[in-house]
Amino acid sequence: MKEALNRIREEAIQAIAAADSENTIEELRVRYLGKKGELTAILKQMGSLSPEERPVLGQLANDVRKELDAKITEKTAVIKQMAQDLRFKAEAIDVTLPGNRPKIGARHPLEKVLDDVKEIFLGMGFDVAEGPEVEYDHYCFEMLNMPKHHPARDTQDTFYINENVLLRTQTSSVQIRTMLNQKPPIRIISPGRVYRVDTVDATHSPIFHQIEGLVVDKGITMADLKGTLEEFIHKLYGKEIGVRFRPHHFPYTEPSAEMDMECFKCHGKGCSLCKNEGYIELLGCGMVRPEVLEGCGIDSSVYSGFAFGVGADRITMMRYGINDLRVLFENDMRFLEQL
Amino acid sequence: MNAPFSWIKEYTDIDDISVKELCDALTLSGSKVERTTCEADSISNVVTGKVLEMHRHPNSDHLWVCSVDVGTDSHIQIVTGAQNVNEGDVVPVALDGSSLPNGTVIKSGKLRGELSEGMMCSLGELGLTTHDFPECIEDGIAILKKETPIGEDICKVLGLDDVSIEFEITSNRPDCMCVSGLGRETAATFRRPFRFPAPEVKKSTGDVTEYLRVINDTPENCLRYCGAIVKNVRVKPSPEWMRHRLRLCGVRPINNIVDITNYVMLEYNQPMHAFDYRNVKDGTIIVRQANEGEHIVTLDDIDRTLTPDMMIIADSEKPIAVAGIMGGEYSGTYDDTNTVIFESACFNGINVRLTESSLGMRTESSIRFEKELDPENTLPAITRALQLVEELDAGDVVSGIIDVRGNIPERKHLPLEPDKINKFLGIDLTTDEMVRILTSLEFEVSDDLIVTPPTFRGDILLMNDIAEEIARIYGYDNIPNTIMKGTATAKPTDRQSFDKALALRLVSAGLYETKTYSFMGTRTLDMIGEPEDSSLRNVVKISNPFGDDTAYMRSTMLPSMLEVVAKNANARVPSASLFEIGVVFRAKDDVNVLPDEPKELVIASYNDLDFFGIKGIVEDLCEYFNTDELRCEPLTDGLQYHPGKAATLYVGDTKIGTLGELLPKIASNFNIKEKVTVAQISVEDLYAVKGETKRFTPLPKYPALTRDLALVVDLETPSSSLEKLIRKACGDILESISVFDVYTGEKVEKGKKSIAYSLKLRHTDRTLKDDEADEAIKNALSELETIGAVIRS
Repeated sequence: MKEALNRIREEAIQAIAAADSENTIEELRVRYLGKKGELTAILKQMGSLSPEERPVLGQLANDVRKELDAKITEKTAVIKQMAQDLRFKAEAIDVTLPGNRPKIGARHPLEKVLDDVKEIFLGMGFDVAEGPEVEYDHYCFEMLNMPKHHPARDTQDTFYINENVLLRTQTSSVQIRTMLNQKPPIRIISPGRVYRVDTVDATHSPIFHQIEGLVVDKGITMADLKGTLEEFIHKLYGKEIGVRFRPHHFPYTEPSAEMDMECFKCHGKGCSLCKNEGYIELLGCGMVRPEVLEGCGIDSSVYSGFAFGVGADRITMMRYGINDLRVLFENDMRFLEQL
Repeated sequence: MNAPFSWIKEYTDIDDISVKELCDALTLSGSKVERTTCEADSISNVVTGKVLEMHRHPNSDHLWVCSVDVGTDSHIQIVTGAQNVNEGDVVPVALDGSSLPNGTVIKSGKLRGELSEGMMCSLGELGLTTHDFPECIEDGIAILKKETPIGEDICKVLGLDDVSIEFEITSNRPDCMCVSGLGRETAATFRRPFRFPAPEVKKSTGDVTEYLRVINDTPENCLRYCGAIVKNVRVKPSPEWMRHRLRLCGVRPINNIVDITNYVMLEYNQPMHAFDYRNVKDGTIIVRQANEGEHIVTLDDIDRTLTPDMMIIADSEKPIAVAGIMGGEYSGTYDDTNTVIFESACFNGINVRLTESSLGMRTESSIRFEKELDPENTLPAITRALQLVEELDAGDVVSGIIDVRGNIPERKHLPLEPDKINKFLGIDLTTDEMVRILTSLEFEVSDDLIVTPPTFRGDILLMNDIAEEIARIYGYDNIPNTIMKGTATAKPTDRQSFDKALALRLVSAGLYETKTYSFMGTRTLDMIGEPEDSSLRNVVKISNPFGDDTAYMRSTMLPSMLEVVAKNANARVPSASLFEIGVVFRAKDDVNVLPDEPKELVIASYNDLDFFGIKGIVEDLCEYFNTDELRCEPLTDGLQYHPGKAATLYVGDTKIGTLGELLPKIASNFNIKEKVTVAQISVEDLYAVKGETKRFTPLPKYPALTRDLALVVDLETPSSSLEKLIRKACGDILESISVFDVYTGEKVEKGKKSIAYSLKLRHTDRTLKDDEADEAIKNALSELETIGAVIRS
């Protein structure tokens, strides 16, 4: 009987080692350790043994059972692992293939810039004011200290609808409308489309987009104007970009200035982008003339204010390195998809 | 305005200042430098040389072989075809490796076998003309003065190394449109003394009143008129220094008399005119408004009809000049001119402006007058002209100047309010410093702080103007940058947020945003099939458009979008899905009332989204903005749409737009070959039907049952009517219904279609039982039978 046990043990160990699938191993488990298995059959013969032999062989049979059980468990794990390895291998993908992109379009670059600028000024306490594109001469020019035949009108060649109605050349008209309708304090920007008689080329367009701003309150100073616009540039382009203010002339502001920003490519050294000037002309600004305030019913001895205007198309071109304004309005998909 | 660096320097002491420093400083004090140019920059390695010997070229009968001294130890050999050179002449020599203004690089080489180590240059080859150097000939080598040193850089010898500075002068500063004005700015900017001596004539004879009578008949428009006489005029080229300055200012030298008038204009900003005395009848100059129907042939040979709102210079008979703009045909000077009348006048800017715009002519003179000149400048300027006549020996000055004044406005006096100015600018300057700045700009400041601006500063009217003068000389960059006091909170309006959200939602649906011009052409509406009585024909017309293509403001967004589609399709972009939100213009009956400017959304797609693709996007918008459900009604007679593939879009009773496949005819009007699907939606209406923010519905506690229902109906029966009956029959327990299949073909009867719905049924309070669901479906089927829908077998 002892021999029989040893024989089963030997046989089983060999068979387990040779097993190569979960099925085979399960069969071996049933064959050797199952209720009708070979080991059980041998144990059933224990009754025929002498009392001295019984514990010895009982112990042996138990050891064999334990050993085989452990071997089978171990082998099962190995086989499962192998099977999983095989499956993983078969399922392997080429991770260098492109991903499946969600289909998303894009905002027009100009609108992205307008949104950013609006966001910056909203954060600085400026509401966004809007007004008509077809506008009265009165709001676009006359109330801005540019009566008919004023030489400054030359710089804003105008499309007229009739003598009194025109396509606004600047969104300053919205500032006038705001001042007529709202008591100070006023802090607004007026972004929008403007029109000037300009033939289309790489830097000119009869239609372009402006963002004008206006602040009217007690004690507003030119230092405030400078600080506000510098903050705007820092928020738009980063704190490292310097600005400078130069005297200029606008009929509706005095003192007037143009603000240049340090060329972001060469930082003031001069390069091809800034035409060797080190600075890029960016916006016009100034302290609102008292006549303009008074014309809107605001007491200029109590209130002062500043105004500014910046071309959104220009900022867009600079941001994306576009050197031809026409690209913005051609709407070629290959352009729209790029940015 | 161009001004030579060397000329500006004459008015102040800036020998220690470089051109770059000058340009930077003036830019920051208000006279913006656009660019600087130097003729010498385009010329290198050209020197003066002396022709020592000349021989005939052995292999040519028109070439010469010359030995030239160019200041080096050994002489060089040059082969030339020029015939005006003689031994002993001093000429410009372009040496080996030199470059010339037209880009030519000169290299040593052999010409018909003879070595030529350079080239002798003509004026043209140096970028000059005989106007600049009248002693030279047009088409030959430039022969220089005998005493010219040899081997010198030609640029130095001819003064080509001077720098011309181009300024951008703003319209309020005509006083800076002359070199003395820029000199004054330079002096003030660098805090140096300004030198501008008053001109004087040393010797004169006779009496001007014996020659000339001036009558000012229009004192409102002619503020001042000064006239002087020069007799025994000796017309000849002006001296080199004057020609040099004129050239650098961009003015072509003509002769001494013309050059003097131009020089004075450049120096004093005072346009001048010289009349030949012979052509001024009776020696009488009358400044007056033109008579109705009067004519003048101006110097440019155009016959111009004058009107009474135009001011003219006339003699006792006829107009001889359009005041401040251009002389008439007989108003110039000639080679045989003996006696000249100089005019130095001040005309009303607005009048000059109106006249130049109605006559369509602008001149160097009128662009100055239109900006309002200084009436006190006429006398010094004419005196300067006479001084130059004397210095240049251009004629004999007749004693006296006729000076007729018109209505000159009184000078302004303004209080200097240092505290107010400091507070306004945000700085802290002493009164003394303010006074110093103003004085440096020739403002007078009295002890009691009353400021009298100089007469050439007509732009100074208010405290703000004085503040600007102080600020710009103090330096804008010296004003601190401060943060505004007080707090302000801002947020976008509901409508602004909506417009942005709308665009972003469309982008997230895969559409690309476009930006197009707001113009449309006179034929655009025909191209999209709008009838004569279409409301879109209430267009806003531009009175001065570029052309027919851009004559109107657009009344619809569709055409510009179709142009974009065409451009892309024709550029072989395989597919595109686009949208634009823009303003359209609807004219009012009264042209003096501003048009309506509603916003419209247009969506277009080719080779990408079909009807249902775009409909899905619109459905998504409706859900996103929480409107009532979108309803599509067939649009069989749309002007732009395929009659079987178009719909009118409704939310509740509000029509928000249309959607459909573009008619092939309209597509071809825009040169589009692809099938295009478009939607035109009123943003105003979409905004109007927008719902409140969605509220949370608690998650279901009980399970749902699903039932699929495949129905066969007539082809014409719209799915919406089936859905409506199913909803009605099932009642509250119908949680959702969706279409999962539409089929037409062999497996259903001809003229029929099969639509398969998936229904989700649920009770909110308890578990729905199978037989309840079955009951609901049974009810639905019997309702559906009424419109001939049966379950698909």
